[in-house]
Amino acid sequence: MGIILEKTPIILNKIPGGTIALTTADFFINWARKSSIWPLTFGLACCAIEMMAAYATRFDFDRFGVFPRPTPRQADLMLVAGTVVKKMASPLIRIYRQMPEPKFVIAMGSCADCGGPFYDSYSVVKGVDKIMPVDVYLAGCPPRPEALMYAVQKLQEKIGKMEIKENSGATAGQESGARREL
Amino acid sequence: MPIEEKTFEKPLELDQMFVNMGPQHPSTHGVLRIALHMEGEVITKAEPDVGYLHRGIEKLFENRTYTQGLVLTDRLDYLSSMHNNLAYCIAVEKLMGIEVPARAQYIRALVSELNRIASHLIFFGTYGVDIGAFTPFLHAFREREMIMDLFEMLCGARLLYTYMRIGGVAKNLPEDWTAKCREFTGFFPKRLKEYDALLSFNPIFMDRTANIGIISKEEALDWGLSGPVLRATGVNYDVRKFEPYSFYDKLEFEIPLGQTGSTWDRYYCRMREMAQSAGIIDQCLEALSKQDMPPDIIAKGVPKILKPLKGQAYGHIEASRGDLGFYAVSEGEFSPYRMHIKAPTFINTAILQKILVGAKIADVVAILGSFDIVLGEMDR
Repeated sequence: MGIILEKTPIILNKIPGGTIALTTADFFINWARKSSIWPLTFGLACCAIEMMAAYATRFDFDRFGVFPRPTPRQADLMLVAGTVVKKMASPLIRIYRQMPEPKFVIAMGSCADCGGPFYDSYSVVKGVDKIMPVDVYLAGCPPRPEALMYAVQKLQEKIGKMEIKENSGATAGQESGARREL
Repeated sequence: MPIEEKTFEKPLELDQMFVNMGPQHPSTHGVLRIALHMEGEVITKAEPDVGYLHRGIEKLFENRTYTQGLVLTDRLDYLSSMHNNLAYCIAVEKLMGIEVPARAQYIRALVSELNRIASHLIFFGTYGVDIGAFTPFLHAFREREMIMDLFEMLCGARLLYTYMRIGGVAKNLPEDWTAKCREFTGFFPKRLKEYDALLSFNPIFMDRTANIGIISKEEALDWGLSGPVLRATGVNYDVRKFEPYSFYDKLEFEIPLGQTGSTWDRYYCRMREMAQSAGIIDQCLEALSKQDMPPDIIAKGVPKILKPLKGQAYGHIEASRGDLGFYAVSEGEFSPYRMHIKAPTFINTAILQKILVGAKIADVVAILGSFDIVLGEMDR
C-alpha cells in the first residue's frame, strides 16, 4: 500500500487469509492526505510554465500523487506560481476561500515569496503571505521542477506531523481565511 | 475598473446570461478575464479585462540602469525570453550606436529560433489541452525539455535566460553544444510529422477549429495584428524578412502563410514556422563552424556603466507572438527616461472583442487559445 513499515506506528497480526494492521488514526489520515495532494491548476506568471513542466514528461508529478484539478472545490493545495499583483489579490483570496479544508499553500518563486525582481514595483504584492497563510516557501526565479518536487515533499512532511485537533491542525488562522490588510 | 454585472443598462431577459471567464480559468493561459454577455449559446458582447499581471515593468526600467533593465525583459514574455532580450539589446544598441560582432549575431539568431520552437511547442501542447486532447501536451514537453537542456548548457537557466548582453551575448557556445543541437534539429522534423498525424489533421480537431474565429485580411491590418495571427490571414509580413536584424538577411527561410485566417490556420502557421526555425538553426550552426569567423569574439566591449547620449531609438524583432518592439528614450542619464514596450499579444487580444461576437460559448476557448497569449507581456 505504499506504507514504509519501519517508520510506521503499526501492529501487524497475521491471520489466515491476510494481515490485520492496527495503527493510529493520525497516521492513517495523514498518510492518505499526503499521498494525494491535489493542487489547483492555476498559474499566474513565469513559474506556471515550470509548474506545467513538472506535470509533464520527464518530471511526471503524478508519481507523488500530485494531480492537478481545475476547480478550487476539488483542490487541497494552492500553488501560487508567479507574481501576485494588487488587482489579482482579491480574486486570489476568493479562490482560496473556495477550497475545502484542510488546505495548503506553496508560495512558488521569488515573486510569491517577497516580490522578487519587482521588489520596488507599485503594483506588486510583496509576498503572497501578506494576503494568505503560506506553508512552504520556494525560492528561485523560476524554481526548477525538481525544486517544486522538493517543496511538495516538505509539505508532505508537514502533513505527516498533523494531529487530530479541534481545529484542522493546519496553519493558524487558515480555516477562517484570516488575512492581514494589504 | 473591473467590469461588473451591474454595468447592464436594463435587467437581463430570460435567455440572456452573463458569464465571467477568468481570471482563474485553466484555459486562459494566465490571468486574462473575459466578460461574456450571451443570448442562449451565442455571444453578443465580449469584453477582455486585462491587468491581472500588471507588474509596472515599464516604470521599473526608469529605476534601473541599462544593464540591470535586461533582467526585467525576461519576465515579459516568459515563454520566449531570448526574443525579449534581443529586442531590448537592439533598441539600446541603436541608441548608443554599438555594432555587434558577426559571431554574436549568428548566435543571437540561433538561440532566438530555438526559443521560437520552445514557445510554439508550449502553444501546441496547451492548445491540445484546451480542445480536449491531453497527449500532445506530453509530446510537446518531451521535445521542449531537449531545448531546455541546450539552454541550460548555454546559460544555466531553463526559462528566464538573460543570455544576451548589450553588444553581444554572455557566453560562447560550450563544447559539445553544436553536436547536441544538431542532434535536436535532425530529430525534430520527424516529430513535426508525428504532431501532424496526432493533432493537426485529426478530423475532430479540424472540425472544432477550421471554421471559427475567422479574421479577414482587412480586419487584421485594421486592428494592427502581427505574428502568426496576422500571417494566418494571408498577409505576408515578418520583421525578419522586411527589416532584417541579426543577419536574418543572410539566412534562407520561408514565411508560412495561412489562407482563411481561421483558428486552424493560426495553429498550423505556427506548426510550419517550427520547421522553418529548425532549418534556420542548421544554417546558423553551419555559419558558426566556418573558419572565417574569430571563435572567441562574442561581444563588443562596452563601458561597465552605460550612459547613452540624449536621444531615442526603436528596436523591433519578430518574436514568437508577433512584432515586439522596445522604444527607448534617453535623457543622457544612467537609466532610460522612458522605455515603452510594444507587446504583440496586447494588440492581438484586442480583436477578441470583435471576433468573439456571434461565436458559440463552446468555441471561446478554441479561439482564445489560438492567439497564444502571454499575460506577462500583455499587462507588462
